[in-house]
Amino acid sequence: MQPFVDTHHALRVEGLRKAFNGRPVLKGINLGIPRGSIFTVLGPSGAGKSVFLKCLANVLQPDEGRISFDGRPMGYGTDPAVRAEFRKRCSFLFQANALLDSLTALENVALPLEQTTDLDDKEIRRRSMEALRQLEVHEFADLHPGELSGGMQKRLALARAIVTRPELVLFDEPTAGLDPLRRNGVFAMIAKYRRMFGFTALVVTHDVPEALVASDRVALLDQGMICFEGTPSEFSASEHPVVSGFRDSDKALAATIARMLDEPLSTHASP
Amino acid sequence: MVSLIGRQTLGVISGLGEFALFTGNSFLAALDSRKLFRRVVRSLHEQGTVCLPVILIVGIFTGLVLGLQGYHVLNRFGSSGLLGALVSLSLIREMAPVLAALMLVGQAGSALAAELGMQRQTEQIVALETMGIGSHGYLVSPRLIASIFSFPAQTALFVVVGLWGGALSGSVLLGVDSGVYWSSVERAVEARDLRECFIKAAIFGLLSISLCAYQGFHADRNRSVTGARAVSAATTRAVVLSSILILVVDYAVSSFFV
Repeated sequence: MQPFVDTHHALRVEGLRKAFNGRPVLKGINLGIPRGSIFTVLGPSGAGKSVFLKCLANVLQPDEGRISFDGRPMGYGTDPAVRAEFRKRCSFLFQANALLDSLTALENVALPLEQTTDLDDKEIRRRSMEALRQLEVHEFADLHPGELSGGMQKRLALARAIVTRPELVLFDEPTAGLDPLRRNGVFAMIAKYRRMFGFTALVVTHDVPEALVASDRVALLDQGMICFEGTPSEFSASEHPVVSGFRDSDKALAATIARMLDEPLSTHASP
Repeated sequence: MVSLIGRQTLGVISGLGEFALFTGNSFLAALDSRKLFRRVVRSLHEQGTVCLPVILIVGIFTGLVLGLQGYHVLNRFGSSGLLGALVSLSLIREMAPVLAALMLVGQAGSALAAELGMQRQTEQIVALETMGIGSHGYLVSPRLIASIFSFPAQTALFVVVGLWGGALSGSVLLGVDSGVYWSSVERAVEARDLRECFIKAAIFGLLSISLCAYQGFHADRNRSVTGARAVSAATTRAVVLSSILILVVDYAVSSFFV
């Protein structure tokens, strides 16, 4: 298989398919993630967003398809050195943060530097503290993740993700379980640090308003397929039935409730 | 029926093969793992210092019971002067390595299986892999290396406190002369007994800690249970299988030395 050179896209995916026990979850995904952008993949729960991201991160093996990073094919079956190189240049922010609970905040952030670089202890500590300070969690360096709030844990996970200065950061549902204010905060944080560090961010989420404000491009994943890709304004204007159904789900909810309230109560009452 | 037996047998053989590969890979991963020494020291603390009280308590009471029972049996034949030999050989050749290993499995092994199981369930192990950190080298190798040292050390401690327990019940409580007791110990114990004791302890340590790590590491394999119940099931399996393994291997190693 010939490597294809693509300088515009940091990450490119072609014909990605994945099934579990014969049930297809990804049905041929084609996407290009422009370098330096915030690219958000939207989709309802169960659409395959996390599976898609885990295939990109080499956590799951796709059944079919081609993934290339920086124009070089990578994924299962490729040269282990290429995969190792990809892992050095790419970070993954897990939905539940996946911080090591036996380590302190500082040790968590220092871990990738300690285990994958030849830096001395002093430099590792300096860089780790710098990352904690940038994410404003340096005061909690000696606490364990379990002692931090959800928002702080998220920031700590991001500090761990950026401490190796990656070129690509994959965010798996970074706002899951957070209140609206914190959701805004997480997207603001992604935008701020993308600008500060210049990485490419690929975010999967189902929070439409925040994603539309913070992203450069969005795609909608539905039933294992990309049914829309474009800018946030194109997404807002799209009349594609799946896009409008997902985007305007709050209006649909209001209509459902209004209809329900108009119906006589007896039809809902239990016998 | 035949096909069921065949399937079960193949399952056991494949499981043993996977376990052997897991242990081998974990040792090989130590070669690539950075800052391994620190984690080995931490594991020595988990399997050593933390487990010290249980080893001391079980060791002293094992010695006390051996002294008590041994005295009454030997006294029937007028051989109570051999109490030191009975206690020391029983402890060194069988009881200390087996009981210390069972106690360590109960404390350090179960904790290890639960910790790794929890780390598997909360994607901490996957997170290590995505950071380019070998999970075997980071999580399992230091525990295996530590077990080769901690189990023999804990067994030695078990023997020492057990001998003192035997002396306490035999000499202090039942009247066997202290000098007779200790000289009997000295005459009975040979270098090969100690060698057998420590070889057994190291083998038990390696196999049981590896098995506990294996069960915790693959806590997500059992599709019928998930979450906390999967961790609980993995921990139970780790303790039960390790205990059985220790007794089976004890017989095999003993038959080699006898």
